[in-house]
Amino acid sequence: MSVTPLLQVDGLRTEFSTDQGPVTSVDGVSFSLAPGETLCLVGESGSGKSVSALSIMGLLARNGRITAGSVLFEGQDLVGLPDRELRRVRGHAIAMIFQEPMTSLNPVLTIGDQLAETMILHLGLTKAQARQRAIELLEKVGIPRAKDVVDDHPHRLSGGMRQRVMIAMALSCEPKLIIADEPTTALDVTIQAQILRLMRELSAETGTAMIFITHDLGVVAEMADRVAVMYAGQVVEETDVYTLFDDPKHPYTSALLRSIPHITTPAGDRLNPISGSVPNLLHMPTGCRFHDRCLQAMDRCATEPPELLPVASQHSVRCWLYDETEVPA
Amino acid sequence: MIAYLIRRLLIGIPVLLGVTVINFFIINLAPGSPADLFLSPTATPEDVARTEAELGLNKPIFVQYVNWLTQLLHGNLGVSFQNREPVTQLIGDRIGPTLLLMGTSLVVAYLVAIPIGIIAARRRNTVVDYGVVGASFLGISVPHFFLGLAMIYVFALTLGWFPTGGMLTLGRGGGFADRLSHLVLPVVVLATAIAANMVRYVRSSMIDAFGQDYIRTAKAKGLGTSVITNKHALRNALIPVVTVIGVDLSALIGGAIVTEQIFQWPGIGLLTIQSIGARDYAVLMGINLIAAVAVFAANLLTDIAYAVVDPRVAYA
Repeated sequence: MSVTPLLQVDGLRTEFSTDQGPVTSVDGVSFSLAPGETLCLVGESGSGKSVSALSIMGLLARNGRITAGSVLFEGQDLVGLPDRELRRVRGHAIAMIFQEPMTSLNPVLTIGDQLAETMILHLGLTKAQARQRAIELLEKVGIPRAKDVVDDHPHRLSGGMRQRVMIAMALSCEPKLIIADEPTTALDVTIQAQILRLMRELSAETGTAMIFITHDLGVVAEMADRVAVMYAGQVVEETDVYTLFDDPKHPYTSALLRSIPHITTPAGDRLNPISGSVPNLLHMPTGCRFHDRCLQAMDRCATEPPELLPVASQHSVRCWLYDETEVPA
Repeated sequence: MIAYLIRRLLIGIPVLLGVTVINFFIINLAPGSPADLFLSPTATPEDVARTEAELGLNKPIFVQYVNWLTQLLHGNLGVSFQNREPVTQLIGDRIGPTLLLMGTSLVVAYLVAIPIGIIAARRRNTVVDYGVVGASFLGISVPHFFLGLAMIYVFALTLGWFPTGGMLTLGRGGGFADRLSHLVLPVVVLATAIAANMVRYVRSSMIDAFGQDYIRTAKAKGLGTSVITNKHALRNALIPVVTVIGVDLSALIGGAIVTEQIFQWPGIGLLTIQSIGARDYAVLMGINLIAAVAVFAANLLTDIAYAVVDPRVAYA
């Protein structure tokens, strides 16, 4: 690593207490992010992507807590930081965009009010300044009639427009990092493409780093500089986006890529799904968590959990196939 | 909005008419005649017939109703059977104390219930929350008459802090402090039931609001707990709570009748009880009409309040 990372997540472990006992949703997640870089966290539902993001922000539900690991943001560990200090980071240095634009805005407050309050809080702007800047931000994210929209309530806007408002809100305090949790999943495809393009342009323009959470490999190809593939609460492979698509190492990553139909696939061909299903968090398999669905599983995979280890520069894999005896570091 | 209000008011006319029809026949179904209560036990059947004729009670009930309605259209609610005073004047004299009692109770109830409901929601599933829920359950369950008598026994008779009843101490001129001390116990009784009910609504609708995505957004913006609670959650939580205010007003009218009787509060409630005892049909019809108009107005105000608190509601 030549550049000092902006964010360094190390061994993050998040537990939820449930009626059936404690459940570990995120187990030893590590990744790092350079300034201005976009990292995609990709994985199936329940693989721990969103929980990882919420853990970084300190926004876990009441029954969730971080039990191990650290989240170094510009050298400061956010884990265990008192809420008062964490609040100074949230919305200011790290902003978040959520999956559900329809419900993520407060229905009884105006768009302008919701945009302005962050800037008044973190940047110390006056009401008038914040309002002026809210209008500029709305124009920047491509909302027509921004001068009128600023006084509208969210129900007057479509889902795509609301997500633009959320993006404007995230950008308002010029954060160093934006965490976007499936920001386009709830939108229809044409709007998705617009929002993705907007986010890419804005992040390039402002130099904001992004953690982009998605389950859609198409979105990954569109957005990512680097990718961390998650499975059952762990990162199983981390590399840059080109390597991931050209030379995936982990059998899960390869299987995911094979399961996507290609435009040249003849009609009538069957898809290549991954057999089996995602393990239940309460009954995690021993050894490698993917071994019972893995076509290349060996004996040791069922008993010994592999570590996330580098197989090349900037490329780590959690798999016994790449044990140091076979691939010298 | 104005078209909507006019439509609502026009719909109100048949509703109120229906209420008066039902009330009129129910009152007349009650056993006993006002004449019985007027005359001495030695009165002859001729005396009874003459009195009933004077009061217009010898005519068929439909004719009686039409007569009452015709009078009403002339702005006249008739004359009390009991003391020959115009009903409008009787009600006019009594409505002030009742409005004072009900208004104070409502304000006190909400001032207590809303903060307590918020605290319970913020501390959900803690001892504080269980205490609030338990107390509100008790408050809803205790009937007015029991609470009223218990309050009189403890705070008026035993401790002597407050007077047992009435609106002012005779001969002392009834200054502000005197009136206030008379107001305390009946307000506590009336406000308890309203507040106990309201706490539950505020609590559950705050819990609901806290679970919404926009609260997570607010937290992600770095806002503090008090801004999140009082600006982002409360404003949304008040939308369902507004509905309850309309219901509360109707409940208050019923509660006021009992409470005024217990505390000898010289308002409409006490007048109602006295008029029922005397089978004073004219006064009862007047009171019923006022109560019906009040409930109708309360519902209309609730709907208007909706549009005020919820920007998504627009009436056309």
